[in-house]
Amino acid sequence: MTDLLRVEGIEVFYGASQALFGVDLTVKEGQAVALMGRNGMGKTTTIRTLCRLHTAYRGQVWFAGQTITTLPSYKAARLGIGLVPEGRRCFATLTVTENLIAAARPGAWTLERVQSFFPRLAERAGQQASTLSGGEQQMLAIGRALMTNPRLLVLDEATEGLAPVIRQEIWAAIRALKAQGLSILVVDKTLSELKPVADACVILERGQSVWSGPPSAITPDIEHRYLGL
Amino acid sequence: MPEKSREYAVNAVLALGLLLVPLWALWAGEPFTITLATRIAILALAGVGLNIALGLGGMVSFGHAAYFGIGAYVAGILAQHAFLNTPVLGLPGSNQMLTIWPVAMLISGVMATAIGALSLRTSGIFFIMITLAFAQMVFYFAISWPAYGGEDGLPIYVRNQFPGLNTMRPWDLFLVAFGVLMVGLAFSALLRGSRFGAALMAIRQNPERAAAVGINPYGVQLTAFAISGMITGLAGALMADLTRFTSPSMMAWPMSGELIVIIILGGTGRLFGPVAGAAILVGFEVTFGGMTEHWKLWLGLVLLGAVLFARGGLIGLIAGKERHG
Repeated sequence: MTDLLRVEGIEVFYGASQALFGVDLTVKEGQAVALMGRNGMGKTTTIRTLCRLHTAYRGQVWFAGQTITTLPSYKAARLGIGLVPEGRRCFATLTVTENLIAAARPGAWTLERVQSFFPRLAERAGQQASTLSGGEQQMLAIGRALMTNPRLLVLDEATEGLAPVIRQEIWAAIRALKAQGLSILVVDKTLSELKPVADACVILERGQSVWSGPPSAITPDIEHRYLGL
Repeated sequence: MPEKSREYAVNAVLALGLLLVPLWALWAGEPFTITLATRIAILALAGVGLNIALGLGGMVSFGHAAYFGIGAYVAGILAQHAFLNTPVLGLPGSNQMLTIWPVAMLISGVMATAIGALSLRTSGIFFIMITLAFAQMVFYFAISWPAYGGEDGLPIYVRNQFPGLNTMRPWDLFLVAFGVLMVGLAFSALLRGSRFGAALMAIRQNPERAAAVGINPYGVQLTAFAISGMITGLAGALMADLTRFTSPSMMAWPMSGELIVIIILGGTGRLFGPVAGAAILVGFEVTFGGMTEHWKLWLGLVLLGAVLFARGGLIGLIAGKERHG
């Protein structure tokens, strides 16, 4: 498997304060990688940096064989990085369909395919995004990312704040997408839910990647030390 | 009645009203009323243009008078050269609306692209000020251009022609303006329902989030700004024909303000908002303009009321809150 995304030693600052002190991360073609760590350890900053919403002060981000470290974020998205941001962040006053078509790029994922993948989005087509339930908004955020026809789907806390039954629905969708061959980078805190999906895990601690390996290799000691479980 | 259906009904009433009132005036022999309706249609068209930038894209341009004036000057200059049978830049003039309109749209579009390309590097108050500054530059250029009337403006001796109609007759000219307005509204509706329109509204809401899903905020906004300028420029060309006069005041800053007032009174971002806004503005001008020269004071109070209590403008007041606010 070739590397689809490679993050090498990125360092990121918010003004004068440093948030990332060297994060390394690789996602291979067709692989699902879980980015883990406690709150405030730099997971979202890492995600935002590789989506080019932050610029790395040091280090490199490679995607599909080219460096994207200084690329505008819309170009990174067009190369195939589909972001599902933390907190869903749909375009609140646009309808479900408008949210989807705004992001549309040519490819296999069309409006019809997204609507058949998430039938709820077809049912709510003309409804304003802000009036959807949390689970539906999450489906919309994933659908919107799929409309960009990504090669890598990046999910930042995709199931946070959702009811257990909805969480299961979202995880089932993520598993289905992986089964279709989509590469996935997922940020989440629930190890039990990540294990069936992830091929590899990367753990962040104080802005650094401190551990990586298959989920089966996460020992109770690692869990206790880095994930606070 | 659901809000959306109510808005369709309001739109239909506005379109029918705009058509039926001058039709009645034609029957009653009231040409002045037909001319007022033509003025409403043309101002509404200019507003349709601005509404794409301001309503859908959230770009508060305080310089759309520049494109309105450029369109008017294109009509005036081409008509003058056709009248005098002299070339302009080596090309013949024209008194044909179907020739004048594309030229007016092209030049307005080029200017809007150039001004937008610089202005869109700023946002908020700076964007408002820079668009105003550019428009004032265009205005001062016009008043210092003696070849085309300078401060005195440029008369159009014989109204430009439209195939199959006698544009000297008020009803015929109204039909032209009404037809162009309907095409402009249809285009605006198509645009807002398209991927481009959705992207534009998404940028308005959050440019960073839009960029994260592959939308180029600068490119989309600049395209919308250029389209917006082109439509307003077309309205300017029509206005020059209605008044048979191209005046520098058409591109002065009060005109930019008037266009924004039209949008706010009608309903920002609403499809038929500019039609409602233009009708209110012209209605005020006619009703109160005859009573007092300070009629704009009363318009100001209505505008204040709209901003404080009816932020969706007249359409919002009747049809409910705008989805894309």
